[in-house]
Amino acid sequence: MVLSVVVTTTDAHRAIDAVWRIESARIIAGLTRIVRDVGLAEELAQDALVAALQQWPESGVPDNPGAWLMATAKHRAIDHFRRNTLLERKHQELGRELEAKQEMAVEDLHTAIDDEFGDDLLRLIFISCHPVLSTEARVALTLRLLGGLTTEEIARAFLAPEPTIAQRIVRAKRTLADERVPFEVPRRPELAARLSSVLEVIYLVFNEGYSATAGDDWMRPALCEEALRLCRILAELAPEEPEVHGLVALMEIQASRSRARTGASGEPILLLDQNRALWDQLLIRRGLAALERAEKLGGAPGPYALQAAVTACHARARLPQETDWPRIVTLYEELAQLTPSPIVELNRAVAVAMAYGPAAGLQIIDTLVSEPSLKAYHLLPSVRGDFLFKLGRLSEARAEFQRAASLTRNARERALLLDRARACSESQLNSGSR
Amino acid sequence: MRFLMLVKHGENPGPPPKDFLDAMAKLGEEAAKSGTMLQSGGLSPIAKSTCVRLSRGQVTAIDGPFTESKEVVGGFAMFELKSKEEAIEGAKQFMELHKKYWPGWEGETEVRQVLGPEAFDPQT
Repeated sequence: MVLSVVVTTTDAHRAIDAVWRIESARIIAGLTRIVRDVGLAEELAQDALVAALQQWPESGVPDNPGAWLMATAKHRAIDHFRRNTLLERKHQELGRELEAKQEMAVEDLHTAIDDEFGDDLLRLIFISCHPVLSTEARVALTLRLLGGLTTEEIARAFLAPEPTIAQRIVRAKRTLADERVPFEVPRRPELAARLSSVLEVIYLVFNEGYSATAGDDWMRPALCEEALRLCRILAELAPEEPEVHGLVALMEIQASRSRARTGASGEPILLLDQNRALWDQLLIRRGLAALERAEKLGGAPGPYALQAAVTACHARARLPQETDWPRIVTLYEELAQLTPSPIVELNRAVAVAMAYGPAAGLQIIDTLVSEPSLKAYHLLPSVRGDFLFKLGRLSEARAEFQRAASLTRNARERALLLDRARACSESQLNSGSR
Repeated sequence: MRFLMLVKHGENPGPPPKDFLDAMAKLGEEAAKSGTMLQSGGLSPIAKSTCVRLSRGQVTAIDGPFTESKEVVGGFAMFELKSKEEAIEGAKQFMELHKKYWPGWEGETEVRQVLGPEAFDPQT
């Protein structure tokens, strides 16, 4: 059946936009394997996109738009090769023999591009997150090449000027070319370190969306969704890696709470105060299933699986008071052994306080007060203030909440902390003591 | 944005050809690899379904088959996508697959957005 609907220009453009989002990563990945240069591959893919923008509004969107884009990009790649060969020939007087070889190479090119895409996508993920690039560059390049995000969208998400992001991406692509970074899936023993670089980038993108360190937006859901989508892809492409499933689990369960995390006027609602009916049970089920996959693969759980196990303890509790805090304490102890850090200690302190009372929690947190890396970290005084408040030490609690408010960069979180500081004063007035 | 895809067809489309099943399996794999499909499932025949209905103040449970239904929902899938256009593209590819591997099959994929908080945000 032929659709006799008149496709308006805008319709076609919106359809192209959608097709691009669905297909671009696979096209760029397939092309990169052939041309061995991420920058060139992206250019060729963009050329195909431009061709679509010119032709589809006239001809209508083809039945299989992804295949159309791929075929067009493939032709551009072949043209590119031919052009370069011609140039080379002019310079070097190549013989007929070599020409025949080149023809064969073009044939190979056709079959090669039609091969399995999954491995290429995996290679593209690894090259975008290559340690030769700075973390910022890895994030920008990953969102651009794998997320299909425009430079403008990335700039908006990270509150950075567009030229800065554009430059960052250009430089990243140049670095990969200059350093001749191979387009490959790393093998053991290198794999573990390379994979953790990928997971780090993904989780960083997620957290940027989830906890918006700056600005008035408490959440930037697009970044969370993109990180989650990338990690789900990675889990399908590298199913034997428990930490990939661990990170999927961690993010699915954290994302399940997104509707419950903010109130009507956008104010943050802390985990234990959230309306659990708003938690997304579909994402929780997916998260628990991913955690199970990680655990079934065996071995000692890695840092992401451990953090996922903590979030799972919350997800399984229908009511806050049903939370298995002693189990969470154990998980944080394991995590502290694996990746000791003041932040993990801070979380352990919270769990200990919930399991064994605020005094026990305060004991741990008091060892962190002089920790230089937490000096400007608002959650330290915020948590300490909470323990002191529960212990009835209201003046100290108020001072901590005020300190926390002065340290956070998030406007809504600041308001919440100042509210808590005010509540301390009110409690003091009401009780007429301290 | 979350979308529910409802696949509808005549009550007895007959057994699917093997090529179609293979293509479906491949599509399902690719959908999983695209990281956007949250859930999917096929539904039992409508003859085995039960309709619980409220009408004129009476709640009644009626077992299938329902002779009056021309098209039935045979399966569903839930996706997390960036736009409705993306959902429509996905549905088109799904229908193209039917066209190619199951000659004579007729039906439709209904694309419904699952309303989240963003659906009520005037900015989006």
